[in-house]
Formats: sequence, structure tokens, C-alpha cells
Amino acid sequence: MKKLIALLLTGCMVASIAGCAAAPAAPAAPAAEPAAEEEAAPAEEAAAAEGLIKVGVVNNPPSESGYREANVNDFINVFTADNGYDAKFFYSIKNDEQLSAARQFITDGIDYLLISAAETTGWDAVLKDAQDAGISVFLFDRMIDCDPELFEAAVVSDMAQEGETAVNWLLSLDLPEYNVIHIQGAMGSDAQLGRTGALDAQFESGKMNKVVQQTATWDEAEAKKIVESVINSKEPFNVIYAENDGMAKGAVAALDEAGITHGVDKDVVVMGFDCNKWALRELLAGNWNYDGQCSPFQAQVISDMIQTLESGGTIEGLNDAKQIISVEKGFDAREITEEDIATYGLGE
Amino acid sequence: MNKNKQSGFLANHSQLLIPLIAIVILVIFNLFRDPSFFSVSLASNNNGEPVLQGNLISILNGASELVILAMGMTLVTAASGGQDISVGALAAIAGSVFVKVLKGGPSISAFTVLLAVICCCIVAMIFGSFNGVLVSVFGIQPMIATLILFTCGRSIAYWINGGATPTVESPIINAIGSFIPGIPVPTPILIVILTGILFSVLFRLTTLRLYIQSVGINQRAARLNGINHVGIKLLAFMILGACCAIAGVIGVSRLSLINHETLLINIEMDAILAVAIGGNNLGGGKFRMIGSVLGAYAIQMLTITLYAMKVPSTDVKAYKAIVIIILVVMGSPVVKEAFDRYLKKFREKRETLAGKEAA
Repeated sequence: MKKLIALLLTGCMVASIAGCAAAPAAPAAPAAEPAAEEEAAPAEEAAAAEGLIKVGVVNNPPSESGYREANVNDFINVFTADNGYDAKFFYSIKNDEQLSAARQFITDGIDYLLISAAETTGWDAVLKDAQDAGISVFLFDRMIDCDPELFEAAVVSDMAQEGETAVNWLLSLDLPEYNVIHIQGAMGSDAQLGRTGALDAQFESGKMNKVVQQTATWDEAEAKKIVESVINSKEPFNVIYAENDGMAKGAVAALDEAGITHGVDKDVVVMGFDCNKWALRELLAGNWNYDGQCSPFQAQVISDMIQTLESGGTIEGLNDAKQIISVEKGFDAREITEEDIATYGLGE
Repeated sequence: MNKNKQSGFLANHSQLLIPLIAIVILVIFNLFRDPSFFSVSLASNNNGEPVLQGNLISILNGASELVILAMGMTLVTAASGGQDISVGALAAIAGSVFVKVLKGGPSISAFTVLLAVICCCIVAMIFGSFNGVLVSVFGIQPMIATLILFTCGRSIAYWINGGATPTVESPIINAIGSFIPGIPVPTPILIVILTGILFSVLFRLTTLRLYIQSVGINQRAARLNGINHVGIKLLAFMILGACCAIAGVIGVSRLSLINHETLLINIEMDAILAVAIGGNNLGGGKFRMIGSVLGAYAIQMLTITLYAMKVPSTDVKAYKAIVIIILVVMGSPVVKEAFDRYLKKFREKRETLAGKEAA
């Protein structure tokens, strides 16, 4: 009897996992094995009308973060048959799986290979194969350690620039004094290094006063504890600079509990990053002051470059490392509109 | 007579000595650093309601999830002689289910919140029993068995909602996560007290404590005495599952949002540490739940102290590690024995001295 119950419970468990697995299959359908791609390929080729540009996209899975989710959707929305593309997608967080998928794409005879690599190394051989096969390679979001000759262009974010934009905005407020609580992301991550750099420069120059600088490793609840400890120490502060939206929300929760006002024309200036829709709505309501964008929208830029190449032109506007830096905005609560939220907001 | 009683008390409670010493040292250190560190004041929040404020409240409030998980972890440790490393992931799953149910309804009312809590408790207990079956029926090492859920748990949490950080705004959620209007004590503290009472009632009214300890001390002997060791272990994991659900609900309610990647991240290690600092044998057997609870508060107090001291972000973990090494070494059997021997010698010396004086 008890064994039966145990069996039943395991059954439930398996069923619930299967149920969960089935549910996301619809939005994340392209996350198929390379083998499956291969089988589907001939049928697709037959169905695909002549003249479609064949594109292979190797990316990280949408479950990685809200950023990645928006990034994946952006590519699915831009590289459609209506826009003249026959696109195949592959998602993995593992470099070796990404590499074999890229090889498969090359064998399938694609025209363009688009890569956001899981790791920066190990790509040389595959990129050379692509070059030999006459396939143009574009990198997006993440750079690869290799000879720049091996790819056409890279569309990436400049995290340090995001920090600069935010700090310049903060300086433009012209507050009588800047007492800043700085909540950092996971130490050593690209986003943390970039967003910390600009503020650190201000601390060093003495223009801004560092009340506390602590890492919450992207954890909302930890950010709240950090701000609580400052409130309890009764040290004055008037700016909260959180390196993502979640941590800004945690910080604001601590302010709310302590009866400290925040937002436009209030006691404390609240700054976040990433531009989640819910965060931008906080801006619109005047509860926060600033949100910096980290743009996941690279598909259109790449599509434009592909069209240029197709029409026999050359790509312009690249820097020395063959990069195009995504244009990234910072939103001010006094100027943000519903339209901005719909266009630039991530998630729901 | 009196002396006997005293040493009996010490022997009975020596297990609690380490977490208590840790807390006392931290308290003294903080008072020395800042005499007003533990002062609590009554302020009003942005909704105009009275709330208690201060580091003491922050520590008690912030440790809530950890304390609840440490309670459950104590039972699993005692019964199975191993630890569950999937509690953080399981709490994320439970939190996701909580959010999913809330978002499924037309509006968030007391009824839907209750329904969501029940649902996420059930789901978490099912996942807990999955761990439990692997450990008790298949005899897999707990750490390996729970490694499965530790690895895939946060992905499952993502699948449930499909979005990165879904939010649920409602006064009721706010009441669970921060303050019930009119009551100045943070609600998570009240939930911890309630959970503690629930456990003590459970131990008073049932033989659960005895059964868990006997299974943990000697499984075969327990079986020969008619205790179903499979059932007891399974039960321990299911109770821990329920604890994860409560912790998940508190975690989500604190900020009205769930980030499946960061919700209660790395808490499994702190929960295991709390059990260890509490003087419980990580190999199973006898346990004192209050020890784990004190251990959890000590860990939280250490974190808040480091924040208050403004230790640079890059160094926090190193400082934490130093304190933990000291605590764990202090609680080790070798040091304990040496301390006991020293105490005995000291007492004997005093007695002989007293005897000489009397003579």
C-alpha cells in the first residue's frame, strides 16, 4: 500500500514535470536539437520560396533572463518569411552544443550565421569553416575572442556607456549634494563592472559621496536589507543607484517601510537598469526617477546590414573592433510616456 | 545537590552554547561599535501606518525565510543523516506556483491568496516527497538525490510563469510580506513564531520527534522496533517541502515579484550552516530545533553587521567565512572535549582548595 503511494507520488512528480515542459513548448518551440533541424531542413527548403535569405541564429535560451527573452523574441520577429528570411534558430547555454549547431547550419548551406556565444573562446575553427563556405558571420550581444577578419560585424552593448549615461543624468539633476547608496550586481559580471565604473569615478573625484557600496548579487531581498541597514544607521542619503530593476525595487520597499519618500521631487532619487515594463510603469507613476536601458534589440541592425550586403554595398559605421554599439537610452521619469513603455519595456 | 543540577543543565543545553556565544559576541561587538545599534523605534511608513524600525527588527525580519527552512532542514538532517540542497530551488518553484495561481484569478482577494498558498504547499510537498522517495526508498545519499532538484528547480520555476520577473501587486500580498495595517511588527516575524508554535505542538502531541531521532540514530534498530523508517524519512522531506512553500511565499510577498533566478538564492548553504552552528549532528540522530533557529539568527546578525560595518562588496564572503570557521571549530567535538576536560580540572582544583581551606 505504502509502496503504491510512493509510486503514485513519483508518478505525480513526473507528470507535473512533463506538464510544465509541455506548457512552454509553444513560445520556445525553436529550441530543438540540431538533428531535428536537419530533418526538417529539406522539407523547409522545398516549401521556402526562391529568393528567401537563409539565416542561422545561435543564441542563449530565453529562460536565461528577461533580457534574453526579449532578445530571442526580437530575432524571431525580425527574421520572418514576410521580411524575406528563412531563419533557423538554436538555443543553448553550452558552448559545445552551440558549436555543433553552428556546424550543422553551415552544412545546411545557410547564407548568414548569427551568433551570441555562450563562451568567448573555441569558435575559430567554426568561423573559418563558415568563411570557407562563403557564409557571412555576425556576432550579437557577446563578442568572441578571434581574428576580426572572421566576422562581418558585431552588434553589442557598451555597459560602461550605460553607466556613463546614468551618471551624467544624475549630475544633470544638479543636487546640492550627492549621498549615494550604490547596490551592485554579481561582482565581476559585465553589467556590474560597466555600471559601477562611472559611479566609482565620481566617488573618487569627490563630486559624490559614497554612503555605502555593497553587492546584492542581483537579489532583490538582499538589496532591501542593505538599504535597511543604512536607514538604521541614520546616515543621510538622497540617491539610490541600483544596478538592475529588481534591486531598485528591493531598495524602494525598504524606503516605503521606513516612511521615506522617493521619486520625482521627493527625498530620495531612485535609479535602476534594464527597463522592465513594470519598472518603467514605476517611472511613469513618478515613484522612481531613472531607468537605464540595456538594449536587447539587435535584430533590426543586423537585418539592415544583411540587406546592404545583399544589394552589393559595404557595411559602414563600424569601430576598430568591427563593432556597432547599440544605441541605449536612459529614461527620465519626468519625460517617459506610455509609448516608451510599449516600445522599450521588457517582459509584461 | 545544587551543583549537580547546574552541571546537568549545562550538559542538557551545551548544544545551544555555540549559537548563543556567537550571538552574544556579535551583540557585544555591535554595541561596542555603535551603542544605539539595537535600538528599536516606532515610525510610520509611507502608508501612514505605525511600524517598528531598527537593526534588531531587520535581523529578525530578514532571517524569517532562513529560520523556517532551518527548522525543516533540522528534521531532514536528523532523519536521513544528510542535507537537502534543493530548498532554494524548491522555494522558487513554490513561489512561482503562488504567483501563477494569483495571476490566474480575475482579482487578488483573501480567498485567492489562501488558495494560492494551499496550492504551492501541495506542489512543494509533492516535490519534497520526490526527494524523500529517492532517499528513503532508493537509498540514495540525500545530497545526491536533492542535487537533481537543485539543478533543474529554477528552470521549472521559470516554466511555470514563462516570464522573467512577474509581479503581483495587492494590499494582501503586501500584508504578508511586510506589515499588516495596524500591527507594527513585520508579518514574516509573526509567521516564524506561528511556524515555531506549530512545530512544538507537533512534537508535544505526536511521537514524531522520538521516531525521527531513532531512525536517525539507528535505522535497523528503529525498524526492529516497528518504526517505518521509509515513512518517517518521507515525512521529514514533505515537512521540509511545506517549509519551502512558506519561505517562498514570504520571499515573493516581500517585494510582490518573483525572480526565479535570485529568489532565496544560496539559502540552502545558510540553512545547512544554521543546523550545524545549532550544534546538531549532520550525520543524523538527536536534534534540537531551537539550536538551528538560533544558528539562523546568528548568521543573519553576522550579515547585517557586515553591512553596517560597510565591508567592501568584494570582501563580504571572506569575512563571513572567517567567522564561520571560528564557530564551526568551536563547536567541533575535539574542542568541546578539551573544554570539558579543562572545566573538570578547574572544578577539581577549586574543590581541593576549598577542602584545604575548610581544614
